[in-house]
Amino acid sequence: MNGFAQFQDTFYKCFIKDDRYTLMLDGIGVTIRVALLAAVLGILIGFLIALCNLSKKKILNIIGKVYTDIIRGTPSVTQLMIVYFVVFASVHLDKWIIAAIAFSINSGAYVSEIIRAGILSVDKGQTEAGRSLGLNAKQTMMSIVVPQAMKNIFPALGNEFITLVKETAIVGYVGLVDIQKAGDFIKSATYEAFMPLIGTAVIYFVLIKLLTLGLAKIEAGLRKSDVR
Amino acid sequence: MIDVKHLKKSFDNLEVLADINETIEEGEVVVVIGPSGSGKSTFLRCLNLLETPDEGEVWVDGEQINVDGVDVNRVRQKMGMVFQHFNLFPHLTVMENITLAPVKLGKMTKEEAEEKGRKLLETVGLSEKADAYPIQLSGGQKQRIAIARSLAMDPEIMLFDEPTSALDPEMVGDVLDVMKKLAKNGMTMVVVTHEMGFAREVGTRILFMDEGLVMESGTPDQIFGNPQNERTKLFLSKVLK
Repeated sequence: MNGFAQFQDTFYKCFIKDDRYTLMLDGIGVTIRVALLAAVLGILIGFLIALCNLSKKKILNIIGKVYTDIIRGTPSVTQLMIVYFVVFASVHLDKWIIAAIAFSINSGAYVSEIIRAGILSVDKGQTEAGRSLGLNAKQTMMSIVVPQAMKNIFPALGNEFITLVKETAIVGYVGLVDIQKAGDFIKSATYEAFMPLIGTAVIYFVLIKLLTLGLAKIEAGLRKSDVR
Repeated sequence: MIDVKHLKKSFDNLEVLADINETIEEGEVVVVIGPSGSGKSTFLRCLNLLETPDEGEVWVDGEQINVDGVDVNRVRQKMGMVFQHFNLFPHLTVMENITLAPVKLGKMTKEEAEEKGRKLLETVGLSEKADAYPIQLSGGQKQRIAIARSLAMDPEIMLFDEPTSALDPEMVGDVLDVMKKLAKNGMTMVVVTHEMGFAREVGTRILFMDEGLVMESGTPDQIFGNPQNERTKLFLSKVLK
């Protein structure tokens, strides 16, 4: 049997036979759902923590600092397992939602630093102009500072999202079947290592490539007001 | 209209305002001059509490504003401010810059604010720039838009913090013209500037500040024609060569 025929044969065994591709498709669905929900919640958490860190109130600073410290100081697998087996042990929620919450708690800590830096990068004069018109601190933050910070934040946030997609590859630890786990199952079922693992890598790569292209599009839109 | 009593302000250990006592009446155009570091800008920024005074009182329309419990935002709505570096909102078009505050603060509907915006743009001579973004404007145009933005809130008083200091020389005239027009229409103004020509021509009263104090105050004729204080004389001899 020549190389190509052999490749075809293994491919068939790994992805077509016994409808194994459906396992992989389901896995892709899980990865995307977990990553998307985690990203959305992560941005919300990150924004709140960033506001804590930027606040003039000492107690909020401390909350923000402790949160970031704990998350950065522990592995994400450990965090995932604590959230899943301890915090949500007796709560009936879909597995993927719990996993997404765990990842959002993790991602929020990193996002908060990105948002904090983005907000600080907006010139102080912008806040002064807003306040001098009579807008309160919150209105100034939301309609003047945050939209400008977004432009600086967005590229780093995109990076964080990409990292997040790849981080979700550990959800197998709490019994979810994502891309990684689906590849793993196929590996066990077929006694093939190369095809399922390379397949897994290719799927992640394509997913992230698409994501990168999408993010670049949005970023170009955000830069509209920079065009002379 | 504005009363300032024993105003003091320090940054760390540097005393910027030593003891300021001033009253600004409705319709006055008060021009604040003095060497850099004399506290002119800090004085101006204390009037709308962009800087918090360490000591002393700031009264606006019979209400002390630098005490707890005063809604500073409400007070600021009647005090427009124009900055040295314009501080236009770069993510918004010119029209959006102008309409943001009146609409957000419920002062006008979007339509009313845009109507007013068009009138203001006409006043500052930039009608055709409504849909432009700030980055597409020259410095002088930016500053005129910044003035229009402040005026959109119908302020009772306008504060100008070195409005022409960041401009190319050929742009200064356009901005000063807009300010002259405002003064002529009876707007109460406090202007920190190095433009002595403007001070002399438009000011109804000149404050000369140095070392955190108002060293001398008087009509342009008095200050420029017959200054009494040695510091004033020295300063004017340097700037009016």
